[in-house]
Amino acid sequence: MASITFREVEGSSLKYWLLFGGLGLFVLFGALSWNYMHHYGHVVTGMDNQIVWGLPHVFAVFLIVAASGALNVASIASVFNKPMYKPLAPLSAILAIALMLGGLLVLVLDLGRSDRLIVAMTHFNFKSMFTWNVFLYSGFFALVGIYLWTMLDRTVKSYSKAAGTAAFIWRLLLTTGTGSLFGFLIARELYGTAMLAPMFIIMSFAYGLAVYLMVLAAAYSWTGRALGDTVMQRLRYLLVIFVAAVLYFVVTYHMTNLYFTKLHAVEAFILRDGGIFTTLFWFGQILAGCVIPLVILLTGLGRQRSWIMIACALVILGGILQMYVTIIGAQAYPLDLFPGLNEKSSFFDGVVHSYMPSVPELFLGLGGVAVALLVTTFAVKVLRLLPESLDDATVAKLEH
Amino acid sequence: MSEMNPNQGSPARQQAAQTVESLQRRRFIGAAGAAAGLAIAPGVMLIEVAHGRPEEQAASSAVRWGMLVDATKCGTGCNDCVTACSTENGWTPVAESAHPKQAPQWIRKLELQDPLTQMETNLPMMCQHCAEPPCVDVCPTGASFKRADGIVLVNRHTCIGCRYCMMACPYKARSLVHEQLNDTQKPDVPRGIGCVESCTFCVQKVDRGDGTTACVEACTASGHNALVFGDMNDPESEISRKLREIPTKQVRADLNLNLGVRYHGI
Amino acid sequence: MASLMQRASRAAFLAAAIVWAGLLPAQGGAPKPVIEKAVKGQQCVEDTEYMRKNHMKVLNHHRDKTVIEGIRTKKHSLKECINCHASEKTGSVAKSKDDFCVSCHTYAAVKIDCFECHSTKPQGPMTMHPLNADTAHYKHKLAAGAKKPVSVDDMAKVAQ
Repeated sequence: MASITFREVEGSSLKYWLLFGGLGLFVLFGALSWNYMHHYGHVVTGMDNQIVWGLPHVFAVFLIVAASGALNVASIASVFNKPMYKPLAPLSAILAIALMLGGLLVLVLDLGRSDRLIVAMTHFNFKSMFTWNVFLYSGFFALVGIYLWTMLDRTVKSYSKAAGTAAFIWRLLLTTGTGSLFGFLIARELYGTAMLAPMFIIMSFAYGLAVYLMVLAAAYSWTGRALGDTVMQRLRYLLVIFVAAVLYFVVTYHMTNLYFTKLHAVEAFILRDGGIFTTLFWFGQILAGCVIPLVILLTGLGRQRSWIMIACALVILGGILQMYVTIIGAQAYPLDLFPGLNEKSSFFDGVVHSYMPSVPELFLGLGGVAVALLVTTFAVKVLRLLPESLDDATVAKLEH
Repeated sequence: MSEMNPNQGSPARQQAAQTVESLQRRRFIGAAGAAAGLAIAPGVMLIEVAHGRPEEQAASSAVRWGMLVDATKCGTGCNDCVTACSTENGWTPVAESAHPKQAPQWIRKLELQDPLTQMETNLPMMCQHCAEPPCVDVCPTGASFKRADGIVLVNRHTCIGCRYCMMACPYKARSLVHEQLNDTQKPDVPRGIGCVESCTFCVQKVDRGDGTTACVEACTASGHNALVFGDMNDPESEISRKLREIPTKQVRADLNLNLGVRYHGI
Repeated sequence: MASLMQRASRAAFLAAAIVWAGLLPAQGGAPKPVIEKAVKGQQCVEDTEYMRKNHMKVLNHHRDKTVIEGIRTKKHSLKECINCHASEKTGSVAKSKDDFCVSCHTYAAVKIDCFECHSTKPQGPMTMHPLNADTAHYKHKLAAGAKKPVSVDDMAKVAQ
């Protein structure tokens, strides 16, 4: 098997520093947004006592889910022994760490008492899925960090497979935990099902790979390194499988709900009468997030790199909108305290709750995305994460 | 009584009474407790034991505080319980709030209508003080907890404002404090920005030995008498007697959370 | 565990603040804390020296007893601290910069989290209350009640 040369990106061009500065600016906006929300309280957000988790959670959960998915490329290399994926693995690992960091930052900075993070790290209730996630997230950083180390340091290279396998199993547990944050809630009709755990796992495969593909293509294009079609086409078909699987899970989930009379009203809300949520579901999550990418990737369009990029962007957009529908749509539908009766109160019982995200919420969320990309941008400059070349000839040598 | 309720009746009560007596803090209560240990004890005296808990004695699981809501007596358009709660606990009534959607509401009047029969019911809705509270299950730090005597509370010293409990509560009983309170809190009722809160069964009154809550007092004062508060573990308490006499239901009984608030007429 | 860490960090902050203040006497440093004499009562529930150093331990211990177990003894309750120490001027322990809690905490640069949630004002009127049946056991401490203004040395002792 031919060896691959990894090299840092030079990172001294104006373009690099513009990217760095641009991302830094968004990180700054995110920090200012947090400061503003923290100072005045959640009163300055669009969140209220009806929609208690808003746009920051949409971004945070998306980033966390995408983080575990971004690790997949590395897992395919080391766990499933596919040599072509080996040179792709280090970027996959660093992207996983970066996305996780961005997502967690958004999550903790949106806490009502974000100054009390130390309490969350020292007081545990082991019946809470949130507590389990605290450990799953910390463990993820540790395991992926070790895995990355085994890839970068020749002296510990022999442990790479073991570390990769551990990280792979952990990431499956982690996304199970993320899905179960919602799956373990009895109060809301759209949650409280084991479906959410595997569905979040398959979503993480799709979102993580889409992010990975975009970052990979951007990195190679902006540094002028060769990225052959073999890699892109292989990943293209992998994305097809993941997106199709997401669609399958979403259809199964809603079809199951539609069979239960008690869930007809809430399903009608999401699928037919929910206004913005219905629109986002059909045109965002389903059409833009699944159907159009599948059409692009399965037809001749998918042979062109720019169309693959469009498909990836749509998968990411669809993923964020899916989180919006899953997290906010489920809260917008009123709790049914007295099934079969109409309810009215000063506390907005029995009415569909509206939600208008505020600017600081949006920038807090974007700040998390910027943190993830900034960490990645910095990491590829200081660490040998990217192969010098991924042209078809180099890649072909790996497989023989 | 002990024949009817072998698990929760007199023996526990007797023991509690003896503890009280041995502490010799309050002679009257000690005497009442001893008397209560005898058969056919007057209910009032039993209640005295439970309510007059000495201040250095922890809340006991021998007691389970609960509330009975008689929806058939609850006055349409009457908001006295809500006003009383807001006054006692220091939260701004929603009508006076600059941000009604973000304003905390510990208790609210809920108007129900059967779309088929047009039958209307109205009742107060608040924290149901579940024996198996979902908010306590999901709380990552353990800030959301159930006290020994069944009152579900938020420990604001460890609440991080994650709002997971609000996602988990089937009764929409919890609120986040969205803005600075600027020292408007009552000395007895700490509450603050970024923490979650809900009905406490007026725990400050319960601990003081009032044996009732602000909403119940207001309801009685209004003449509706729709609310009864008391120890559901004490077979002689008013609430236990009423719960034996009239049919009651738990809201979302399908969830099997064993609620501390029971409704008649729903 | 958290309270332990909080305590440790508070002590560290306090120590750092004292050292800082000690190093800069020539420049005048931060204005020294004004310790207002308690309006009500003559003697604190514990020795003054002990309370200066350990009030946070006492309060943390009592708060857990109160919140979780429902034990509302008066002796170590924050409410009683406020009842005695609220300023006559502002009626509060933390409203203006010279009020009892704020004055010292500003000097030591230790953030107080209590009053995000707790009222800074006492319940009822602000008058001196004589010892009653509940507080008579503090009587023996009155002898040691002579007050003097706090010096930087005193604060340094507290930090240790």
